[in-house]
Amino acid sequence: MLLIKDLTVKFPSRFGDFSAIEDVDMTIKPGEIHGLVGESGAGKSTVGAAVIGLLQSPGYVANGTLTLGDTDLRKLTPTQAHEIRGNRISMIFQDPQTSLNPLMTIEDQLIETIQSHSDVSESAARKRAVDLLEEIGIKNAAQRIKAYPHQFSGGMRQRAVIALAVSTDPELIIADEPTTALDVAVQSQVLELIQRLAKERQIAFMLITHDIGVIAQVADRVSVMRKGRVIETGVTAQVLGKPQHLYTQALMDAVPPLDRKMGRFRVPDADDTAPTLGDIAENWLLEGQQHDLTGMSLQNLTVQFAAPRASLFRKPPPYVALDKVTLNIKPGSIMGLVGESGSGKSTLAKAITGLVTPSSGTMMLGDTALPFGKSRSRHHPSRQLIQMVFQDPYSSLNSRHRIGDILTEPLWFYGFVKDAEEREKLAASMLALVGMQPDAVTKYPHQFSGGQRQRIAVARALLARPRFLICDEPTSALDVSIQAEILNLLKDLQTKFGLTILFISHNLAVVRQMADDTAVLRNGKIEEVGETHAVYTSPQADYTKSLLDLTPVMPTSWQT
Amino acid sequence: MIDFVKKYEGLWLFVHSPAAIVAAIVAAVILLGAVFAPWIALVNPYDLASFSLFDGLLPPAWLDGANPKYLLGTDDQGRDMISSILYGARLSLVIGLSALTIAAVLGVGLGLAAGYYGGRFDAVVMRIADVQLALPAILTALLIDGIARGILPAAIQQDLRVAVLTLAIALSLWVNFARTARASTFVQMNKEYVQAAIMMGQHPLRVMFVHILPNILGPLLVIMTVDLASAILLEATLSFLGIGLPADSPSLGTLIRIGMQFLLSGEWWILWIPTLFLVMLVVSINILGDFLRDVFNPRLR
Amino acid sequence: MVYFILKRMVQSVFVMLAVAFLAFSLFRFVGDPITQMTGVETSVEDQERLREELGLNDPFVYQFARFTGDMLKGDFGFSYRTRQPVADMIADRIPATLELGVVALIISLLVGVPAGVYTALKPRGVLTQTILMTTLVGVSIPTFVIGIMLIFIFGVQLGWLPTFGRGGTVQIGGWESSLFTIDGWRALLLPAITLGVYQLTLTMRLVRAEMMEVMRSDYIRFAMARGVPMGRLHYKHALANTLVPVITIIGLQFGGVIAFSIVTESVFQWPGMGLLFLESIRFVDIPVMGVYLVVIAFFFVLVNLVVDLLYVAIDPRLRIRDVQ
Repeated sequence: MLLIKDLTVKFPSRFGDFSAIEDVDMTIKPGEIHGLVGESGAGKSTVGAAVIGLLQSPGYVANGTLTLGDTDLRKLTPTQAHEIRGNRISMIFQDPQTSLNPLMTIEDQLIETIQSHSDVSESAARKRAVDLLEEIGIKNAAQRIKAYPHQFSGGMRQRAVIALAVSTDPELIIADEPTTALDVAVQSQVLELIQRLAKERQIAFMLITHDIGVIAQVADRVSVMRKGRVIETGVTAQVLGKPQHLYTQALMDAVPPLDRKMGRFRVPDADDTAPTLGDIAENWLLEGQQHDLTGMSLQNLTVQFAAPRASLFRKPPPYVALDKVTLNIKPGSIMGLVGESGSGKSTLAKAITGLVTPSSGTMMLGDTALPFGKSRSRHHPSRQLIQMVFQDPYSSLNSRHRIGDILTEPLWFYGFVKDAEEREKLAASMLALVGMQPDAVTKYPHQFSGGQRQRIAVARALLARPRFLICDEPTSALDVSIQAEILNLLKDLQTKFGLTILFISHNLAVVRQMADDTAVLRNGKIEEVGETHAVYTSPQADYTKSLLDLTPVMPTSWQT
Repeated sequence: MIDFVKKYEGLWLFVHSPAAIVAAIVAAVILLGAVFAPWIALVNPYDLASFSLFDGLLPPAWLDGANPKYLLGTDDQGRDMISSILYGARLSLVIGLSALTIAAVLGVGLGLAAGYYGGRFDAVVMRIADVQLALPAILTALLIDGIARGILPAAIQQDLRVAVLTLAIALSLWVNFARTARASTFVQMNKEYVQAAIMMGQHPLRVMFVHILPNILGPLLVIMTVDLASAILLEATLSFLGIGLPADSPSLGTLIRIGMQFLLSGEWWILWIPTLFLVMLVVSINILGDFLRDVFNPRLR
Repeated sequence: MVYFILKRMVQSVFVMLAVAFLAFSLFRFVGDPITQMTGVETSVEDQERLREELGLNDPFVYQFARFTGDMLKGDFGFSYRTRQPVADMIADRIPATLELGVVALIISLLVGVPAGVYTALKPRGVLTQTILMTTLVGVSIPTFVIGIMLIFIFGVQLGWLPTFGRGGTVQIGGWESSLFTIDGWRALLLPAITLGVYQLTLTMRLVRAEMMEVMRSDYIRFAMARGVPMGRLHYKHALANTLVPVITIIGLQFGGVIAFSIVTESVFQWPGMGLLFLESIRFVDIPVMGVYLVVIAFFFVLVNLVVDLLYVAIDPRLRIRDVQ
């Protein structure tokens, strides 16, 4: 049993010590899955690192008790601590792609780990390793075990990682975002595996995640963290179903439900800074609507990439990223596009914006055909009419440019506003329209949070007076409360200016909240497309059904 | 407060790094001395009338038989060592900095374009770089020098020595810039701000120089510092091998070559003082380069 | 995998062709080969006849093809200065340079790799800081100054080691070696250290940077979390992964070792290819310059091919491609 009491971890810095977590209390019993949830920077991972004794230098445990069974973890020498790692406490990391040593076979890594902690012969260790892989659900383990990590798929790799973590029969496993890098199907298998191991082997799990759905599905108990402190803890149904703390309530409100559509999220709107400030930008956008609403229609769009050449004599067949995609986006509507990683979602966005050249098919914006890739001239009108909001607000804004310069670029580039002072004024007003302080124009991107940057990115897209907006996973890099704010903003702007939007996301719940129509993409093919409500309530394709089934959700009764 | 610190992170690290401060001071003193050599040097080593053989081989001021006028002694021609070194450093720095500028413009331009366009253009640039790599810096420099001897008439050769040397060093350094710029550009090309600029239909030159270049300056600055050190070393080495600059317009390397004649005699200062200067200059530039590397790649700290 | 190796070979051939072209252009355009080969007393008609005989009036591409063909057959032409076959002149000098280069490389690896590993694993130790500072000074001292200092201390002041030449050599087949006599080793020591120091600092810094990068990787942190013994963690996991990029760079540097031997050979009057090259530059002996170029590029390409093979041996991702 793990007992954490008054745990405080500090990081020395130039301005004195900074507390990453403060006075954290937590108990995890054998066989219990204890969820640790919170937004980025809440200190979740620090708790796990402190328990296993792998705090990033120069962090240190400043105060508190850490005991596992009868062992006081704080009293251990570095050597003793290292012996406990693996033997009694183990860990699972987020990304299975990078968690395994690429130069050693799965077998070598397993045998090495088993032999590190128990005095067994190599053949005995090998037998145990094979049994373990079988148990964890890798078929034909005796053969597969000889493989190198790169020969395994993502899901198999995460299984191998789990096998390594349990290979020495630990009492406690710290799982730090173990399913964040995985697709829903694999995620549900891994979560099932964790539940089974907890039950059958009586292993205690500390499950660190930002995904409340995951917690709701598998955690027995949950601790909600914010700014380094545990603000609420208890049985999962109790904490998430009847949250006592205001923060937990707000967090629950911001989680998009999968089973119904809400009007707006109940999150505090960005501080309304003199609402008239945005009027200039609003009027400018409205007067720019000389066109009618513009739709987009794709016919049999196919994109192929040359596969890497492995042989001198055979030219490998091209990799088909999009296979005869036909999609009709009605003017003034939001089309949601869902799919797992590698399904071709982003390729579709790149084809529309001209970054990727399709091999066949047609793309029509309104009633003009869009030239493909490089054949689209730099002055083609679609370059202004189509704009995009990207996934990663940390890389979508040039960090060396002033916000004012970033925002006024489309204004002079497309020749909308000749006067530099006018441009600056319009940019400032647009910032107000997206819920930011207008004086941000003088600052640089690094001075803003992720959510604020995404607002700036939206402002930049709007300053091109687009008619068609592509949002490629616009909230997947953001915390759930920020996500709710951005989704609200996008909805408001869409209603106000009648934009046509292609909304791309892997998150089915988010798409349900946003889209009028939904298309499901898999391996470059459209599996199903239709009105959102219909797709979610009576899915036709098996694939859509399984996606909806496997996405972790909260019981409806928990949400108000 | 935190904002302020983040913005001036480099400055903060600098103030707290004694090695970097000392290096900056040494480099600055040598640089200033070199720039103002004509005004502060006691004699002009290029002007035979300004010194006299009677002052030859005087030891540094703290030794017996020294003339306190010549703080670090004189060489066999009677030239004040300090003056020779200041003028030598001046020449070394002029050659080093001009070679560096040529190499940086050529290399960064090609590297940016290779990273931006990719494909065939990139392949061609990288194959040229491969060939250049197969012929290391010193070989390239020697070769260009050899070619210049073969092509240019003897009369012009002397006048063009500095130009030939500069070109030779520049050609051997451009690959570093090209490879670094290319690799960094590749990273930036996947960033969404670049895709946004390309999508808008901005001119490739604007994307390369206004959007990408400011974001890859960090690693380039590091290369620039390290390569300035290499350029100075290379010039010294070539001059030492006797194919750099002639003895009547001595750079630091030439001074050392001249000093070699006194390796076995008692006049150690003629060899070791210019050597010490050269090493001090290069060490301080390298310390600054290391410091910059740490600033731009904090994970190595 | 076979494709990978073949691709690298094609690239190597390309590099060799480019260098051969360079050498050919040198020979053809830097000065007139006929005036160089003949004396002032040769008549214009004789010169013309020689020009025709040597095929210098043929189309350019044809000449280049013949030049390359001759090179492949081992016919490297004649020196303008000594009138000897260049092939013999270079062949005589190769053993001296190679032995110097290889010993220097071994010194740099034997010291550089462990020092790099140590400074990466103990980044804050006093010894690490000392080593880092020393190597920084090390890269900043020109090779020739290091040579002079070693000569001054061990040759002149202490009188322990010879300061020039190869000392006693043994003839084995066509190979003149100084590795089989104590005298030879004594002569080799100072030049090899001189040449190795610069390489050593580079190797050390490279190993350190790569190792620190690897130590931060997820798989090392995961191995740490599984309690893999520290020794295995550092050497089996971290060092092996460090070597993959390090080997490439060391391959690239071997060219540098050979080239920098020009300086070392000059300081120590070491009778290798570099010294020959230096002489040929002084006398504008174009054929020797050109051939030296081709030979250096050949070593470079050869070493890099070996590196690629090593790469394949170390990294299973290149060996086994199929995904199950």
